[in-house]
Amino acid sequence: MSAHRTLGTVLRLIAAAWMAAAGYAIFFIAPDESTMHDIQRIFYIHVTSAWTAGIAFSVVALAGVLYLIRRKPQDEWLGVAAAEAGLALTTVVLITGPIWAHPVWGIWWTWDARLTSTFVLWLMYIAYLLIRDLVEDPSRRAVVSAAYGIFAFADVPIVFMAIRWWRTQHPQPVIGGGEGSGLDPTMRAVLFFTWGAVIALFAVMTHARYRLEAVRYQTHLLQQESEDRGGEGVPVRAPRRPPAGAPGAMITDPER
Amino acid sequence: MATHPKLAANPASALASLAPSSPSIGLWSAAFTILAKEVRTELRTRELLVTTAVFALMVVVLFSFSFDPTHEEARRFGPGLLWIAILFASSLMLQPAFLREQANDTLLALRLAPVPPFAILLGKILANFLFLAVTECLLLPAFAVLYNVSMLASLPGLILVLVLGTLAIVVPGTLFSAVTAHARMRELLLPLLLLPVLVPVLIAATEATAAFLSDPPELPSLWLKLLAGSDIIFLTAAYFLFQPLLEE
Repeated sequence: MSAHRTLGTVLRLIAAAWMAAAGYAIFFIAPDESTMHDIQRIFYIHVTSAWTAGIAFSVVALAGVLYLIRRKPQDEWLGVAAAEAGLALTTVVLITGPIWAHPVWGIWWTWDARLTSTFVLWLMYIAYLLIRDLVEDPSRRAVVSAAYGIFAFADVPIVFMAIRWWRTQHPQPVIGGGEGSGLDPTMRAVLFFTWGAVIALFAVMTHARYRLEAVRYQTHLLQQESEDRGGEGVPVRAPRRPPAGAPGAMITDPER
Repeated sequence: MATHPKLAANPASALASLAPSSPSIGLWSAAFTILAKEVRTELRTRELLVTTAVFALMVVVLFSFSFDPTHEEARRFGPGLLWIAILFASSLMLQPAFLREQANDTLLALRLAPVPPFAILLGKILANFLFLAVTECLLLPAFAVLYNVSMLASLPGLILVLVLGTLAIVVPGTLFSAVTAHARMRELLLPLLLLPVLVPVLIAATEATAAFLSDPPELPSLWLKLLAGSDIIFLTAAYFLFQPLLEE
């Protein structure tokens, strides 16, 4: 555990320093965009969050496959952790997108292929986290979420293709200024530097969530052991339902 | 099944009792046995088909209030409306597939049966396909009459779209009904899991139907390919994912 704690601290320090440096790079090093000016700077966070969310959901699917093959709880923890971090990043994408689009396109939202498929992706991984809440039995929950994570990931390319074909068949309501095409070298450098910072943030979130899941699992094992012994003999620090007002109620209950 | 007339009332145990005499049953014959069992159960109550058909008709009628169902409008919105009605109906009707097995823990008997595990899912997929197809057979004429859409000219194409689209709805739907059978709030959870996954199916089926219904009809080969591709990908994923789901 202490090795995990050290890793967590190191990761946090790296992510914080890198994020700060990326912030400086975005606002002071990256050149001013000729038509969009300062609002264009949101692009560095927006695009890198989207890329990192892609990594996150690949990790979810991979962890799901590994879990179904090896049945190690660690794979399940990795899957949940990456799914939550990926959902957080996708939320960043969905919030920063309209903030940029409103002044540049003149509208908050358009049913363009990328926007729509990101939105659908976001809904799918909310559903993924919902099943985890609603399936009580731990081993069943692990299998079910692994299976849905894989299925959702397999569905993503079809969603993207379907929406792109659907949209190209209709007139585009707005033509976005083709970002990413012919990017200035400094801009490109800042973009990839920011991506590193976002990946570090993703690592911090995933690691923290993974540890939480590990602690929950250990608590669950201790509770089971305690119940097997008739609820006595093993000092479990987190009672399943502490009586209201009892001193034990102040002890953190990792189950909820 | 004919050799066990008394046990036919409880097909799961009938399957299990076949074990000593025939150690392995082929995928398709087992799947058709389960299909027969599902159909028999449904014919005894008819509750699933009746509620789903009424619900789908209700959706079609309610949609007529949200816009003017004149001829021109119906051509534009009709295909999407039809598929939304089918999607809503399916998200209602797919849940019982595995829930029915819980009451007497008959899923355990199915798991003990000496059949390939995928046969259980396949049988239920076929049954759900049949039930949804029956609902569509009722829905389609009602839709054509109520919204004044003539579809006789392009009926073969429409049937192709309906078959591909229904399969693409039913495969993940049946798989997820096995997923949600043990969850709390399962009636709400199934649509939440299913509908985002079915976004491409809804798009492709709607566009293909619109193309066949347009004047003159067009052949939407792109959308038909997408539907067939989804069918294949969903079936493959279901094939690999169902066994671990069944074991838990």
